[in-house]
Amino acid sequence: MNTLERAGTSLSNYLLRLGDSALIISQQLCGWCGHAPTLEEDVALSNIALDLLGQSRLWLEYAGASMVPAQDEDDLAYRRDAHQFRNVLLVEQPNGNFADTQVRQFLFDSWHCLLLTELSSSTDTKIGAIATKARKEATYHLQHSSQWIVRLGDGSARSHRYAQRALELCADYVGELFEMDAIDLELANVGIGADMAALQPQWQAYVEQVLAAANLVYPANPIKRRGGKRGQHSELLVGVLMEMQHLARSYPGAQW
Amino acid sequence: MVNLFQAVEDPQATAGIWAVLADIPDPEMPYISIVDLGIVREVRWQLNLLNVVLTPTYSGCPARREIERSIRDALGQAGVDALHIETRLHPAWTTEWVSALGREKMRAAGVAPPLAETQQCQTLTFWPNPRAAALPPCPHCGHADTRIQNESSGSRCKALYHCDVCRNPFEYFKSF
Repeated sequence: MNTLERAGTSLSNYLLRLGDSALIISQQLCGWCGHAPTLEEDVALSNIALDLLGQSRLWLEYAGASMVPAQDEDDLAYRRDAHQFRNVLLVEQPNGNFADTQVRQFLFDSWHCLLLTELSSSTDTKIGAIATKARKEATYHLQHSSQWIVRLGDGSARSHRYAQRALELCADYVGELFEMDAIDLELANVGIGADMAALQPQWQAYVEQVLAAANLVYPANPIKRRGGKRGQHSELLVGVLMEMQHLARSYPGAQW
Repeated sequence: MVNLFQAVEDPQATAGIWAVLADIPDPEMPYISIVDLGIVREVRWQLNLLNVVLTPTYSGCPARREIERSIRDALGQAGVDALHIETRLHPAWTTEWVSALGREKMRAAGVAPPLAETQQCQTLTFWPNPRAAALPPCPHCGHADTRIQNESSGSRCKALYHCDVCRNPFEYFKSF
């Protein structure tokens, strides 16, 4: 394999990571449609899911075009199995209760905003354009989830307990968000990808600030579960995909 | 070198096209047109092929396909045979692109038009600091004594506000 081909593979893998993470968390949020605690929240979560789905389409479209042979966004979303997905493990964690979902979203959004800010100055102009667009949306998402963290953490004894518990469950998946593996390093070195490890202190500072206002405590020494970016997923992803891909797989070529 | 496909610089040739596009309503806000919304970025002829460049409002905008279809229908009826619709992501759409006419139409429909876009911070800022931003004046009575009721309203791009003077609820097209 020559250098160019290898770079192509790294690029498409990198784009899959971006697209799959947005796609899976979008699909998860769709699970709240019709079930959120208030009508306004139902609309908000569905709209956030819609933004993330749109972003995912842009990433997957680009990922598919960079593959040989080229694949379209539907091939990638509907006709891959769990081990072929490159999303971070955080996004496949279950919706659980409302606090579980909001804590997962908060950790995701805060990371996502930093990632997209960094990518908006990518040397790859297409990545830069998608990231600039997506970041504007992610800023709204982060405001929304941060607001909920404060309401839940600083709310009733019960909501506080649920939020703290959710934080303890999700913290184990944060390490992977800032992990720089060979593909991340390769793309960061040429200015295409983001150096997430360097951004972690900034992320930590923001999260601590919100948690302080919410009377929540970031768990000490969480373990670092990882592998999602290389296709090593928990069986949780299988359930998400079964639902997401059911129609496309059962009725190939279906149109409506 | 002569490029056979270079754009024909003739504003006369596109004025009619712009007029047709200015009559196509936005599917989510039918009281303003896609031109008022600022999503039509460019119209140019390449010989007999007409290029229309669109910049989507939101990445996941569900109306995208419908907008493209209405453009094809309207221009087809206007006699355009060869049409290419191009999506341009950069620079990203902003509510600054909503025309003055579009803002007037929104107000008339009871929707507060977007305020000037707030500075995009390059670092994460903790809510509610950015919320200290200006409040939209009420589209019904014009008073500035309003408060937010919900960040999300009937569609992705709007928030729900309440006017403390005329006591009417109204939608605000969020600056973005």
